[in-house]
Amino acid sequence: MTHKPQPIDRPFWTPGVLVMLALMIGAALTLIVRYTYGLAAVTNLNNHYPWGIWIGLDVASGVALAAGGFTTAFLAHILGRHYYEAVTRPALLTAALGYTFVALAVFFDIGRSWAIWKPVVYQNHTSALFEVAMCVMAYVTVLWIEFIPVLAERLGGKIRLLAFLDRILDKTMWVFIILGVVLSCMHQSSLGTLMVIAPTKTSPLWATPLQPLLFLTSAFAVGYPMVIVETTIATSSLRLESEMNVLTPLSRITILLLGVYLAIKVGDLVSRGAYATLLDGSAQSNAFLVEVGLGVILPWVMLLFPAVRRSRRWLFTAALLIVSGVMLNRFNVFVVSFKAPYANHPYYPAIGEILVTAGAVATIFFLYRLIVTWFPVLSAQRQEVSR
Amino acid sequence: MTISRRGFLGAVGIAGAASTMPGTAQAWQSKAPPDPYGCLVDLTRCVGCRKCEQACKEVNDLPEPAVKFDDLTVLDAKRRPDQNTFTVINRYYTGRIDERDKLVPTFVKVQCMHCQDPACVSACITGALTKKDNGAVHYDVNKCIGCRYCMAACPFEIPAYEYDRPILPRVRKCTFCFERISKEGGKPGCASICPVEAITFGRRSELLTLARGRIEGDPGKYIDHIYGEREVGGTSWLYISNVEFGKVGFQKLPTRPMPQTTETIQSSLFSYLWSPLALFGVLGAVMGATSRKHDADTHDKEDGHDA
Repeated sequence: MTHKPQPIDRPFWTPGVLVMLALMIGAALTLIVRYTYGLAAVTNLNNHYPWGIWIGLDVASGVALAAGGFTTAFLAHILGRHYYEAVTRPALLTAALGYTFVALAVFFDIGRSWAIWKPVVYQNHTSALFEVAMCVMAYVTVLWIEFIPVLAERLGGKIRLLAFLDRILDKTMWVFIILGVVLSCMHQSSLGTLMVIAPTKTSPLWATPLQPLLFLTSAFAVGYPMVIVETTIATSSLRLESEMNVLTPLSRITILLLGVYLAIKVGDLVSRGAYATLLDGSAQSNAFLVEVGLGVILPWVMLLFPAVRRSRRWLFTAALLIVSGVMLNRFNVFVVSFKAPYANHPYYPAIGEILVTAGAVATIFFLYRLIVTWFPVLSAQRQEVSR
Repeated sequence: MTISRRGFLGAVGIAGAASTMPGTAQAWQSKAPPDPYGCLVDLTRCVGCRKCEQACKEVNDLPEPAVKFDDLTVLDAKRRPDQNTFTVINRYYTGRIDERDKLVPTFVKVQCMHCQDPACVSACITGALTKKDNGAVHYDVNKCIGCRYCMAACPFEIPAYEYDRPILPRVRKCTFCFERISKEGGKPGCASICPVEAITFGRRSELLTLARGRIEGDPGKYIDHIYGEREVGGTSWLYISNVEFGKVGFQKLPTRPMPQTTETIQSSLFSYLWSPLALFGVLGAVMGATSRKHDADTHDKEDGHDA
């Protein structure tokens, strides 16, 4: 890669950005209601269903989809495959934004937002959630530390603190890079441990003690597909070069990683005999079939074809299927799989929950757009051929 | 390509090993108190008078119910304990009939079971929930952050939540009248008021003997099952009945304590932080090796240019 990351010179206020702003306002209004009248006013949560999409999608899927950050850091910085450095900065930015919003989603979801610091002082080491919380807090910090050089490149001349920190990081960055990978492995797996404590309240399709290993291997598997999806969206909407020369090799590694995940998943299902209910037509079984069929097996087979890996459109499709598959998996584990023994009605997300989730996604896109406009994140060159 | 692939296999291998290796942890051990208090509920005695509900409200300073306590029409619907009600009585018709061919109801009191190894206590992120030596599963609002993992974890679906309070919501559930039973001779509000002695308060071990005695004394009447003796590793509240527990709202639950699997996973992986430290070491070694190689390569190239 001869291209250096640089700010992009494109007009910022586009129709897409305005749509994002509208969604952000919707979420903000919902949150005002949440902090005035309580969670009951904007969510469908109740004593039977304590967790909804803010945990199942915003937090669990958010964490999984930010896996591009540590998987690319591992490849480029730890294994020293510098060829892939072109995608490390955008992946790092996505992870930093993603995790920041995971933390925000938790902040809005817990009843006592102001007490979010308490686990640091009152620690319960048997709680998988405690471990997740500590790692996520530490990892958000590490991610923004890793991002300081990018900020310093642009603002180092004006803000002397940034330049100072950047100089320190020059020598110490390796610690944070390794720490980022270690913290990721820890909490990606512990996130899978969360529901293992409630085997009688979850569908046998997902209720397995191997869930932490499945969460970890699926996080490995979704990292590069997420980079492919994100890079393709960014480069096409900003009309930059496609960077297929980096994305195609990433997709080859994905064949192995996704294959490992699929093998463990199928092996677990068969060894526990949980496949017995797979064709009973229930919501759980159908959700499982879609998750594994369309989200793992189909894209895995697609990626086996070199023509798919080299085609921008097909590669994007396969990667998007994998990303959706892992997202659906997290949603399934936390929401679809959950059986409240005494509930009369199933849980469906309320409008307010959907508004906040949509607003959070829009804010991530908005900030991504804002940051790549002003800071040197993207390496792809502007397409010289117009129209 | 081949090198990076091998590296990845290595990482997956390490991660896989980390998820399955027993590590330095010992086998899981129950943290249940040795001789806790408990309550034995005899479903054959309960007449559904709801005196226990009323006593619970008064003792715990809970808001008055929408329907008066002497109005027994509330029994037409199945209720659950909630943020304003720590215990409820439900009525079931199981098809049993008396000598005049009238259906005989079975009344079931529902409240926190005060498990011996509670899932909520293990799950609680801050340790706001604790299992006390006297048997009570105790909630400390000052530590609670409102994450509701206790509610997701509870196999009996007991902890309730004040979803309508925007800033200071609490998790609410039966306290086992912790303050009262901590005093000499103190009993929970419900147990002390019951007019038909359907609720017996005492040491769990003694209650088990009592329950077994009643079952053996009248095997034609009772079914041979003390609910809570073994369910989820044992609970402080115990039930005996003359009808199948499955027909009167009780779940069939495993005898394995709920936290056993997750606590085994957590301690195998993270005791003394051995796996994160090991992973850090391995990654550091790999990174050191690759960066030295990279430096050497670039030096070679530069030397080549100079020459």
